[in-house]
This record gives sequence, structure tokens and C-alpha cells, in this order.
Amino acid sequence: MLVRRIRDGTVIDHIPAGRALTVLRILGITGSEGYKLAIVMNVESKKLGKKDIVKIEGLYLDKEQLDKIALIAPTATVNIVKDYRVVEKMKVRLPEDLSNILSCANPTCITRQPREPIKPRFKLVSRRPVLYQCVYCGTLIEEDDIVRQLGGSA
Amino acid sequence: MARWLGRDVVSILDFTRDELLDLFEAASGLEGVLESGRARRLLEGKIVSLAFFEPSTRTRLSFEAAAKRLGAETIGFTAAEATSIAKGENLADTVRMLDGYSDLIVIRHRYEGAALYAAEIAEKPVINAGDGRQHHPTQAMLDLYTVNRLYGTVDGLVYGVLGDLRYGRAATSFLLALTRFKPKMVYLISPPLLRPREEVYMALRQQGLPFQETESLEEVLPELDVLYVTRIQRERFPDLRDYEKVRGSYRVTLDLLQRHAKPELKVLHPLPRVDEIDYRVDGSPYQAYFLQARLGVPVRAALLAKILGAW
Repeated sequence: MLVRRIRDGTVIDHIPAGRALTVLRILGITGSEGYKLAIVMNVESKKLGKKDIVKIEGLYLDKEQLDKIALIAPTATVNIVKDYRVVEKMKVRLPEDLSNILSCANPTCITRQPREPIKPRFKLVSRRPVLYQCVYCGTLIEEDDIVRQLGGSA
Repeated sequence: MARWLGRDVVSILDFTRDELLDLFEAASGLEGVLESGRARRLLEGKIVSLAFFEPSTRTRLSFEAAAKRLGAETIGFTAAEATSIAKGENLADTVRMLDGYSDLIVIRHRYEGAALYAAEIAEKPVINAGDGRQHHPTQAMLDLYTVNRLYGTVDGLVYGVLGDLRYGRAATSFLLALTRFKPKMVYLISPPLLRPREEVYMALRQQGLPFQETESLEEVLPELDVLYVTRIQRERFPDLRDYEKVRGSYRVTLDLLQRHAKPELKVLHPLPRVDEIDYRVDGSPYQAYFLQARLGVPVRAALLAKILGAW
């Protein structure tokens, strides 16, 4: 399968197979923004066996945005491309604080109350295994729950 | 030195050992003067909001008594039904209003995180008087103050915490408070369904609290210096069938204490109790829960005075 190189933009490689669409959802990219977008799924990978790749022409994502990908694709690598050349390579890293991405599993958490203008917030308590904790009610959220919530398969 | 002025009180873990000891000293200083009326000018001109969205007897009344003994006025409500919340007003708007009307907000709410949320909204200090199953920091303060008063220390003692460690915020805050001190051992005594939540275990381990779990009170009773008994929190069970399974699963009787406990054992309970402590214990030397309830006033008075800059 051949996908053209991009000239300027962001390449997210080594996404666990089947999670490319979830990666885009986390980044808030729907396809209607007008970016040229290549989504390659379930291709062979030496490192992962199978992997997904996302290429976005004309969009440079910053570290803070990209780190959110680590929630479902901790193996992802990111290349920033300018004029066909990779100018920056980075690995994603789980963010210490998460705001407004996950919702708390506890139905009596204040963040679950629809009439309150409050954003769910979590802090990272463990990288291995991945574990976040609700800042408001203390409930822990594990990797499987995170993946499930974000729409990937656990 | 502790920074008390204007401070929010959300979790007992927000406080260091030194800060708690500092609070105990203030409470001890106030104990003698509150009832004499000599402390009545300390908070003169201040207004304390008591926003109790959930039922309360001791916590609300002891805050109210504490505020009044210090000369403050109180405003507030004791049931959401009597306020605009019944008309659909949210917590955020209610807190903004109280923030505008008073110098400090004491809040109790059924949802976990409500006090932190209120503290983020309000400019005035917020004291958590219980948020769902999560925290009850001022209860933990008065619990340890009671222990300190009875034994002259919180350290080096063997504690048993009996009952609903899963949904009971008083028990949870008591355990978290003990992590600030050096207990010899803490026994968590409960049926498996009422064991602490995972995040509480995590905090206890992280803080290095020496603890062991057991289902049998009799087994550990001979070792205990302090037995902290809690009510099963029926109202917080997501599934009432689970409540029925554990209902009445433990009961502290005078006979049990006389057969197994040290004579100097003290029994604490945040109250209200249902049937977990037999009434015959009330008249025995083991009973310390009425003293504990009474000490809520000086401890809460000390907290109000410190946060409002009067002590």
C-alpha cells in the first residue's frame, strides 16, 4: 500500500492497529476542516506487527495536543515535516493533567451533574499501568476504561 | 508556620501533621473560654454561611454553635428543598450567592467533589462539611483531637476502624488523617463488601500507613487503644441488595468489650449510630463518643477563627 509523502504537516506513526480513527477523534479532527488527510490502517510493522498511520497535510500539532494521543496509542511516534523533510521527531508522553477528554465513571461525582458548568479533570497517578484519578471525586480510571471511553477497543 | 488565613478545607490530606497539631492547640485554648463568653468578640461582624444540602445534626449545629460562640452570625439552609435549588438553581449559582453574602462558606453536599468545586467558584474560604462518600475533614480533625485529648498523643497507638469503610466519609477521612501521624497499627475491620475503595487503599499505601485488614473484631480487640465505629451508609449504596447483605453485620456490645478489650480502650463514633453500638456501652468507661461530639465545637471554632484571621 503506497501513501504519498507529505510536504508540510504532521505524521503520526506506530499507532496500535485499529486506533487511527480514535486518534483523530482525540485530536478533534473530523475531516471537515479541509486538511488533506491520509489514514492508513492495519499495515505491517516490524515493531508492532500491525499498525496504523495518520498523515495530515498543512497542520502542525503541538506537543500538548499530541500527548493526549498517548492515552490510546502510547507507542505512537510523531514526525513534523517541512518541505518534505522531517524537522522534528517526538514520542508521545502521557499528560500529567487531563481536562475535558474523559468523563468520570462515578455517577455521583460533581462533574457528572449536567446542570453544573464544570469540566472533568484527571491527574496522572501511574504510567505503568496507566492510571488517572478524578481531581474532584478521587475515582481511578484504568487504561481499559480510557480506551473504551475514547471509542477504541480495549 | 501554617498558613491558615483564607484557606479552603477540602480534604484532610491538605493538612500536615504540624498544621493539625497547631489547630489542636488553638482548639485546646478555646475550650476553656468559649462557654464563658470571653471569645465572643473574635469573629464579631463576620457572617458564616451554612449550606447543608444533605441532612446533618452534629456537624451543622456544632459549626453554628462555634460561629456564635465566637460572635459571628450565621445564615444558610438545612435542606435544598427550602431554597431556589428546588426551582432548579445549580450549585455554582448558589455558591456565588453565598460568596457574596458571607465571609466563609461551610458546605455539605451529596455529590463527591462538590466542596472542591465550590472552593474553585467562591472567593471566600470554603469548608467541606462532607461531600458524598468522599471527605469529611473537620470530622477527622475533631476525631484526632479527641484521641489526643484522651491519650495526650495520636502516635504510637493501635487503632481499629470498624464498619463501612467503603461509603463512609468519616471513616475514610479518619484513616487519611492517621497517615499524618505515626500509629503503631491500624486495623481495618469490615465485611469484604465494605472494604475501602481502591483510591483510598492507594493513598494509605502511598502515605505508608501501617495497616492490616480483618473481618473479625474479636480477634484484634485485645490489642486496640482506640476503636472507631461507623454506621453503614445505607443512603450511598448504589445497590440496596448489597446493603441488605451487610446490614447488622457488626455490633459492639458491652459484653464483647468486657470480654476482649483492654480496660483503657476508648470507643469513638462520628454519630449518628443506628444499632452498631449497644446502648449499654454508653454508661461504660469505654464510651468516648459523646465527648467526641462535644469537642466538635472547639475544633470547628478554632478552624473558623484561624481561617478568618482571628487566632
